[in-house]
Amino acid sequence: MRPRRTSATGTLALLPVWAVVIVAYLGTIAWTVVISFTASKSLPVYEFVGLAQYERLFRTSRWLVSVENILIFGSLFIGTCLVVGFLLAVALDQRIRAEGAFRTIYLYPYSMSFIVTGLVWQWIMNPALGVQATVRGWGLEGFTFDWAANRDMAIYAVAVAGVWQASGLVMAILLAGLRGIDQDLWKATKVDGIPTWRVYASIVLPLLKPMIVTAVVLLSVAVVKAYDLVVALTRGGPGIASEVPAKFVMDNLFERSNIALATAASTVMLVSVLAALAPWLYAEYIRASGARAA
Amino acid sequence: MTAPSASAVVARGARPRTITAGRIGLYVFLAVSALYVLTPLYVMVVTSLKSMEEIRLGGIFALPAAPTVAPWVEAWSTACTGLTCDGIQVGFWNSVAILVPSVILSVLAGAINGYALSFWRPRGANVLFTLLLLGAFIPVQVFIYPLVRISAVLGVYGTLPNIVAIHIIFGLPITTLLFRNYYAGVPVELFKAARVDGAGFWRIFLQVMLPMSTPIVIVACILQVTGIWNDFILGLVFAGRDNLPMTVQLNNVVNTTTGERPYNVHMAATILTASVPLLVYFVSGRWFVRGIAAGAVKG
Repeated sequence: MRPRRTSATGTLALLPVWAVVIVAYLGTIAWTVVISFTASKSLPVYEFVGLAQYERLFRTSRWLVSVENILIFGSLFIGTCLVVGFLLAVALDQRIRAEGAFRTIYLYPYSMSFIVTGLVWQWIMNPALGVQATVRGWGLEGFTFDWAANRDMAIYAVAVAGVWQASGLVMAILLAGLRGIDQDLWKATKVDGIPTWRVYASIVLPLLKPMIVTAVVLLSVAVVKAYDLVVALTRGGPGIASEVPAKFVMDNLFERSNIALATAASTVMLVSVLAALAPWLYAEYIRASGARAA
Repeated sequence: MTAPSASAVVARGARPRTITAGRIGLYVFLAVSALYVLTPLYVMVVTSLKSMEEIRLGGIFALPAAPTVAPWVEAWSTACTGLTCDGIQVGFWNSVAILVPSVILSVLAGAINGYALSFWRPRGANVLFTLLLLGAFIPVQVFIYPLVRISAVLGVYGTLPNIVAIHIIFGLPITTLLFRNYYAGVPVELFKAARVDGAGFWRIFLQVMLPMSTPIVIVACILQVTGIWNDFILGLVFAGRDNLPMTVQLNNVVNTTTGERPYNVHMAATILTASVPLLVYFVSGRWFVRGIAAGAVKG
């Protein structure tokens, strides 16, 4: 069927990508993992110390705070974005006026940089001149909204800013899913007298499952990569109150000359991501190809 | 059939009133949400147009009593970004210099890869594609240190070609995915006909596939322009002191200020940095959404 010569051109054309994948992806991952087993400080030295860096990592309070923060931030961010995004998508799907304008408004924060989002919310949560001071000036003396500068609330401030930025993304994905639902469903359920909320809960939500999975995957990637938002909004503070793993790695690599500890932390991040991806990849590819074979 | 039809009649009788109340509630929900989403943009704009005297009075939501563009001028041309005080314009032009080659080359590379993967099915195509996808999900922290060492050994660390190459490397998964999915929808007969006519790999790409790829090229460009403009971490690490992109300079302007912080200048600089992706977003409209959908579709 296929002349070998031309097929070779296709293989040749992909050589640069192979080079990128092998050197820049696989090679660097391997190198990172190797460094994490050494005693390296500011430059890689290949004096192997076994799991010592990992033991040290899990005795480091800054890392433990980072892990706890990413779990709090991740669950709040993903959960709230899904709920808000779903409600907005359902509301927009009710044949409303000016749908395009509403949709454009809800999605615009997603086009901006996390640095921009972080700096705006830092200003809004400024204790002396921001929303808190303004509302207190209206007579509500007890009002507090200083989260970005408050040790106990800083990670929630990051979540608020993140939800503001990414809810529109979930809305856009789920709205596309809702538009793909057969209109006969509504006629049929109307005939049967099923309440609308029941249709959404029992029929529409299960139909949207692929879009919801997509949204969760995209949001999870954003959670693991969370760095810019924290740097701009709180710089990890006050103290270490809003540190996150990605920032822990960057600080130890480029400011604290602790590359072995940093690579141990990034290896933990890598393993966590792969463990979380495995069931999804399995469902998407392996089970799908199994079904095709059957 | 009696029970359901009876309830349907009841429902129909009650419907207009509930629908009216429900629709009001619906519009209130939509409007309040829109207001909430717009508030930070509004706060940015009004703050950037106030004098510091006015900002010190409080009232973050108040319209500027005496609007001034002085903060914008200062943000653009004299704000201090660390060592120098030439304003955020330096970062703007650096970002443009990074953006143009990075977008062109990463979209072109994605088109070639997607085309080769879809039509030529070379050996190991599935392995390659899976590894590329993996690269899209793994946090850059895993790659970044060895890439710094490799760049240093090659003698390009902290230069414009370095940051462009890094953007291409990390842009490949999404651009390849976009073009591969797009070409999967192109009838294979078109390809076969060109083969029968004796066209080779590059001729089919340049004369048959590329001319019909305009929609996906637009989508890929929008994704890459906003993604690269909004990048912070790669620019911070790889661009070098002379090429720091606008996001990095913006963060320097705001978070390294000592003494009283000129919030009006900070907000003007923030809007200026956000303006490029916002412009792309408002102009491209549905294309932007299409990019999200296309990028979200599984391989």
